[in-house]
Amino acid sequence: MNTGTLLIIIATIILAPIIGGLLAGIDRKVTAWLQGRFGPPIVQPFYDVMKLFGKTRMVVNTWQVFCAYIYLFSAILSLILLVIKSDLLLILFVMSIGAVFLVMGALAAQSPYSQIGSQRELLQMLAYEPLIILVFVGIYLVTGSFKVNSILNYGKPLLLSLPLLFIVLTLVLTIKLRKSPFDISTSHHAHQEIVKGILTEYAGPYLAIVEVAHWYEIILILGIVALFWATNWIGAAILLVLTYFFELIIDNVMARMTWRWMLKYVMTVGLILSVVNIIWLYLM
Amino acid sequence: MGMKAALINSSRLKSPWLVHFDCGSCNGCDIEILACLTPVYDVERFGILNVGNPKHADILIVSGTVNHRNKRVLKNVYDQMPDPKVVVAIGVCGCTGGIFRDCYNVLGGVDKVIPVDVYVPGCPPKPEAIIEGVVLALKKLEEKGKKVDEGIVNNLNELKNLRENKNENTL
Repeated sequence: MNTGTLLIIIATIILAPIIGGLLAGIDRKVTAWLQGRFGPPIVQPFYDVMKLFGKTRMVVNTWQVFCAYIYLFSAILSLILLVIKSDLLLILFVMSIGAVFLVMGALAAQSPYSQIGSQRELLQMLAYEPLIILVFVGIYLVTGSFKVNSILNYGKPLLLSLPLLFIVLTLVLTIKLRKSPFDISTSHHAHQEIVKGILTEYAGPYLAIVEVAHWYEIILILGIVALFWATNWIGAAILLVLTYFFELIIDNVMARMTWRWMLKYVMTVGLILSVVNIIWLYLM
Repeated sequence: MGMKAALINSSRLKSPWLVHFDCGSCNGCDIEILACLTPVYDVERFGILNVGNPKHADILIVSGTVNHRNKRVLKNVYDQMPDPKVVVAIGVCGCTGGIFRDCYNVLGGVDKVIPVDVYVPGCPPKPEAIIEGVVLALKKLEEKGKKVDEGIVNNLNELKNLRENKNENTL
């Protein structure tokens, strides 16, 4: 590992939560505008997290603390793997470990709300993980490798050959961002679902850690979205802004649905779109 | 006070999360509390969120009288909130028991069970009055936050809680 890579890794660790927090702030502001409200300042998520760090530590058991730290660590690690242009499958596996530990931390508490929330989170993972693997399979069929490096060297935007798989990736993004209609395990803003679902038992500094880890994860998924237009920066930026704005619109016009609907919808629409796109790649 | 403590202190004032507990209210006060969240008043401008989970909340808003059935629930909700925390009693029932104060099942105001920091009288109070009550509570929250940063608050409270719980069990 040379000095350049080390600098990139340090910059990622520092910059990613700042960008992720600002994105969460913009999210809240735009949502407020769409609802005819003024909305909180853009730096509001940082106030929230700083305040949570100042609360007294109240834990149900120590296992929960461990799980919160592992969730943060795996979110950081998967983002680092992305910026050092590693393997897409490895990134997914590291990300999944974090998500599983978040669920385990919530299951460690004997609270029905966090238990139901974590069962629902497992169902969400069941819905999005096959899809994201299919997206990576599509990328492999186009570029001939799972490496991020080979996407950057491919020369043409992936979006042109994988348009349907991009829609599938936005489905995954909606689930990961905990946006309606998929905000069933826990939700953002002042929305409540079975109290706060999987986050019910995480309190004070540990909720802050989970929140910061969530910012890293948002940046990771948006980074994968940006790979679909990796040929130039402007194209990637336009794609990201459009995708994120689209997510906010979806969040505001959709109602929260049940997990049964989510599984049916994601498994049918997502799988059909992926298979059609992959067959099309074979025929080309 | 270090920079980190100053940052946390100013963040506390800018991000108060509420939990609203209806302690046997007639719903008049509750509707006024929810009115604060609508676009007309939009308290999210000030970072105020209605979180519905005592473990995430900084401010407990209680409306209605306390009776023998729900005093344990109220105490439980209060105990689940991590410090620093403040309590706002909404409406004349929450403050003193109101017209129900002499009922056989009514204990009285919220302060019969948990310490109350701000009283917002009215039947029901206007949303403006409730928002002012929360703003007053923020000043209390700042003072309590400093005590938490110094780490002196818990021992006393815990002793007091233990003693009170003991009395309750013997009742």
